[in-house]
Amino acid sequence: MNAYDKVRIARSSGRPTGLVYINSIFSSFIELHGDRRAKDDGAIVAGIAELDGMPVTVIAIEKGRTAAERTMRNFGSASPEGYRKALRLMMEAEKFNRPVITFVDTSGAFCGIEAEERGEGEAIARNLMEMMDLDVPIISILIGEGGSGGALGLAVADRVWMLENAVYSVISPEGCASILFKDSKKAPEAAECLKLTADDALSFSLIERIIPEEGLGTEEFFSALGSAIAEEIRQIRKDADFKEKRYKRFRAF
Amino acid sequence: MISFRMKPENELEKEGRDNIPSPEDEIVCPNCHRTLKKNDILPFMTCSCGHHFRLKARARIGLFFNGFSELFEDEKTRDILSFPGYGDKLEKARKASGENESVITGIASIDGRKVAVFVMESLFMMGSMGHVTGEKITKLFEYALANRLPVIGFTASGGARMQEGLISLMQMAKVSGAVKRHSNAGLLYIAVLTDPTTGGVTASFAMEADIILSEPGALIGFAGKRVIEQTTKKELPKGFQKAEFLLKCGFIDKIVHRKDLEYTLRQLLILHGIEKEGKENIG
Ligand SMILES: [Zn+2]
Repeated sequence: MNAYDKVRIARSSGRPTGLVYINSIFSSFIELHGDRRAKDDGAIVAGIAELDGMPVTVIAIEKGRTAAERTMRNFGSASPEGYRKALRLMMEAEKFNRPVITFVDTSGAFCGIEAEERGEGEAIARNLMEMMDLDVPIISILIGEGGSGGALGLAVADRVWMLENAVYSVISPEGCASILFKDSKKAPEAAECLKLTADDALSFSLIERIIPEEGLGTEEFFSALGSAIAEEIRQIRKDADFKEKRYKRFRAF
Repeated sequence: MISFRMKPENELEKEGRDNIPSPEDEIVCPNCHRTLKKNDILPFMTCSCGHHFRLKARARIGLFFNGFSELFEDEKTRDILSFPGYGDKLEKARKASGENESVITGIASIDGRKVAVFVMESLFMMGSMGHVTGEKITKLFEYALANRLPVIGFTASGGARMQEGLISLMQMAKVSGAVKRHSNAGLLYIAVLTDPTTGGVTASFAMEADIILSEPGALIGFAGKRVIEQTTKKELPKGFQKAEFLLKCGFIDKIVHRKDLEYTLRQLLILHGIEKEGKENIG
């Protein structure tokens, strides 16, 4: 399977979306809305839930599955308000000593007039800064598309995992192809150059783990993933130095 | 959807070259369309109509700082992904700019007050963020933290550097971590946004400063105009993503004309208790 096949799979509509992960892995999820500034961004779903007896804060980018859902979720392209909602709930997680788990699946942050007017860049920047310093464990899992700054704005973590067919890239293969080859149809070649697969990311130590997609979407799949997340959180919590290690993790790039 | 790019890179680079007038030439001001001679725009490379021409990073350092001493200039950029054509592009960028990377870092003083400085070079691949760009800025913030210095940074960037893939993206988080540590220690960071400041630089250290100044008319934004038009199919408002627009939206503190910048920076340093060298810092 080549890199662009993975891009196609990562984007395909049949994959479980962020909300499916939340509902399948956690119990007693209570969604919390809004950024307390301007609005509630449907592209990001967030709240408190329980995982293996632990209260946790869960944040997911949701693309939506039906046409109506996709419109409501803005196809998983978050606005500044979405990143600010996420940050508000991460600060709350820190206050109540809850670990944070994020599920990332976006082609990129929203490229709209309103998004610029309300500071898309500032919102992502603030998240990067605060997530580097958050005093609770953070685990980020890329479940589909990891589109550039829009993905990174929720993926500064102690552990970053990717699903086997997820992709993570600084630019879309189409965008890269139109610059590099002056032809967006050469996206497959660009995808190879960008080294955007989970295997690539692991080989550059940009992620810690690849989640095999065998049984993707089944009860067993989510149950195994839930156990892995719970186990990892316990490991991070045992380490008094975890924040320093998070700094060093990104410092190494 | 492409969230990280303003324009095709070669187009931006071409624009970068065209916008930096060599002082020997006559140049037409893109704002008032008058033909200007060297003496008309010196010393600040500004037109009397208010237009600010782009400046080379070293020219900027010369205009606003004294006693600049460069740090981390030996960091060497590598083609980590073996990306097609990157080696040649780096070579060309080095020739075009006379610099090894898209940022210059060091220590200097303003009015005798010592500061850590970074200045991005738009002639080097449009100031895009390679791993060495991120590394030098990170090291500067760490140095400033260790030596309890304020940081003054001039941004000019088209965003991430495609040829370094995810490694480029990760620079945003890396620098942000260093900015946060510097900030947690109660130290001052002033960013001066210059034309253009976009993409991953806007979505990281350009927007993380305590005080965010901008030059008049600078293009500042996250997504590129073309991408926004394609995504929304709407006409963009007049002056969209210009410094004046961002000021109105509440994302920059102040627009400062180049001729007033040294004074403004000096006053800000004084108001933050940054003493002249040789004196003890108070507070
Ligand atoms: Zn003019």
